Amino acid sequence: MLRRTLLGAAATTLALSTGAFAQDEPTKVGFVYVGPVGDGGWTYEHEQGRLAVEEAFGDQVETVFQESVPEGADAERVMTQMALSGADLIFTTSFGYMDPTINVAQKFPDVKFEHATGYKTADNVANYSARFYEGRMVQGHIAGKMTETNKIGYIASFPIPEVIRGINASFLAAKAVNPDVEFNVVWAFTWFDPAKESDAARALIEQGADVILQHTDSTAPQAAAADAGDVITFGQASDMSEYAPMPRVSSIIDNWGPYYVERVGQVMEGTWEPHSIWYGIDEGMVKIGEISDAVPEEVKAEALAMRDAIAAGELHPFTGPINRQDGTEWLAEGETADDGTLLGMDFYVEGLTGDIPN
Amino acid sequence: MDLSAISPALLLASLMIGATPLLLAALGELVVERAGVLNLGVEGMMILGAICGFAMAVETGSPPLGFLAGAVGGALLSLVFAVLTQIFLANQVATGLALTLFGLGLSSLLGQGYVGIKPPSTARLDLGPLSDIPLLGRAFFSHDWMVYLSLFLTLATWFFLSRTRAGLKLRAIGENHEAAHALGLHVVAIRFAAIAFGGAMAGLGGAYLSLVRVPQWTEGMTAGAGWIALAIVVFASWRPGRVLLGAYLFGGVTVLQLNLQAAGSALPVEYLSMSPYVVTILVLVLISARRSRGTAAPASLGKPFHAVS
Repeated sequence: MLRRTLLGAAATTLALSTGAFAQDEPTKVGFVYVGPVGDGGWTYEHEQGRLAVEEAFGDQVETVFQESVPEGADAERVMTQMALSGADLIFTTSFGYMDPTINVAQKFPDVKFEHATGYKTADNVANYSARFYEGRMVQGHIAGKMTETNKIGYIASFPIPEVIRGINASFLAAKAVNPDVEFNVVWAFTWFDPAKESDAARALIEQGADVILQHTDSTAPQAAAADAGDVITFGQASDMSEYAPMPRVSSIIDNWGPYYVERVGQVMEGTWEPHSIWYGIDEGMVKIGEISDAVPEEVKAEALAMRDAIAAGELHPFTGPINRQDGTEWLAEGETADDGTLLGMDFYVEGLTGDIPN
Repeated sequence: MDLSAISPALLLASLMIGATPLLLAALGELVVERAGVLNLGVEGMMILGAICGFAMAVETGSPPLGFLAGAVGGALLSLVFAVLTQIFLANQVATGLALTLFGLGLSSLLGQGYVGIKPPSTARLDLGPLSDIPLLGRAFFSHDWMVYLSLFLTLATWFFLSRTRAGLKLRAIGENHEAAHALGLHVVAIRFAAIAFGGAMAGLGGAYLSLVRVPQWTEGMTAGAGWIALAIVVFASWRPGRVLLGAYLFGGVTVLQLNLQAAGSALPVEYLSMSPYVVTILVLVLISARRSRGTAAPASLGKPFHAVS
């Protein structure tokens, strides 16, 4: 009983103090990460975003982060903790934090939340994501041109729309330049487990894949490919340039810094509004990492032209005619996919084999 | 489905590599638990071994020195646990959990400068004509020496526990430390040794992950392997032979299910994905249930010991 009273008193004091001294106290920003900040991929880039916020606002901002937070009940505990300790804005940076974020946000109406790669919003919850599939198209093009065995291995994490979009986008681009290409998808059911990611890469390579695409967060598949020799890979979420020029020939870089700085600034000014944004190559949230010399000059030029065309809005990775895996029509000739379908994508396009687990 | 794409020899070869870190860590924990101590810090000791081994191998260019450093790192961390639980009688469960957190933090601190580096490759053991046998040669006789060392250590652990006087003393302490103490056995000293051995083995397992299996250093790279090793010890009812079986089953089914997925197996991915856990638990429980002679757990497991006289 005593403890509860104390907690209540502490919360009241906290509320009073944040109200009274809002002008003087630094804005407190929390970050919830799914992996360790040193994963070299996804979480590493969010951490770069946090550092950009510190750099931009200096003393006016105080940031806290918690790494390796499991998606689920633990995430709610961590967010609640951050909100209780006075955070004004909390970035929750993995798809699986969506429902926990919404739940915690209901309990703390004065705290702002930003959830990455989901689709739910609320009065104090914004949603932001990047059009990684634009980068996947460029990867697919390079992969289709460079594979000699015509077997491309894909290490997928969880069967969520973001991952399925990536598989579809890269497959369509590879198929466009190489009709014989085949995709072998392995579901790792984890975002971060270097040993398992490495095992998956090895299994794919042993079965003849000479290109490995990954949608998991560590650099382990790069190490496995380097070990195997004649295999190319792409950096995922981060540049992973330590594995360039071979096996890593290019990469998709998630560039969160500018967005984080913008949103923290809005919270300071009191102009923050919930929204749902989806930025791509054009806005600079998705970047294509340097294409290494292992890629033939003409393929490199095509890939760069493709990137620029996507940025200019002249090219859409999902342009019809495209059929679904079962042969039914999805997009007619010349039609492009709308964001609604893309955000909820739960089907393979025609030509991909295997089933999506549910 | 194109199962012919899966090469049995390569599959068996990756199975042995995949199982080795688990086997090493689980064997160490088995000895610790047989001495009546529950150290839940396996994950922490493994990851510390991973970075110590990796750093040493990179700095000296010598994988054997790396493995040695991994073992020493794991053992040193485990001694923190030993001092806290055996001398200051701290709660073993809480201390073990703290050890995991401490190991994860310390390893990412030590590993700052080692991201993205390729370690020197560990030599394969030259087994002469054995390696040239078709299929079997590639599958069983063309590995690095750590794989064979881990198998030898399984045998040695079994021999030590069940065939030597020192092993008998260790088991006696695990079953009833009061009685063992009354007989004049040095309970605390022997437990210190067991805990250090467990730490060294976990460290070796971690070093195997960062030097051979992945091979690279990444923060948090054990990703739960230590917990699986702990579970294997329990399901193997504290016997070295079954630990070997458990580790190879888990490692094997993991590699097999990834291969089946890559080959486009018609089996639903959900089932494939859970299969390593289900198969391992099922097999070990069935074996252990065959002759039920009460619980197999050491009777003094996890209990504090304080010599009154």
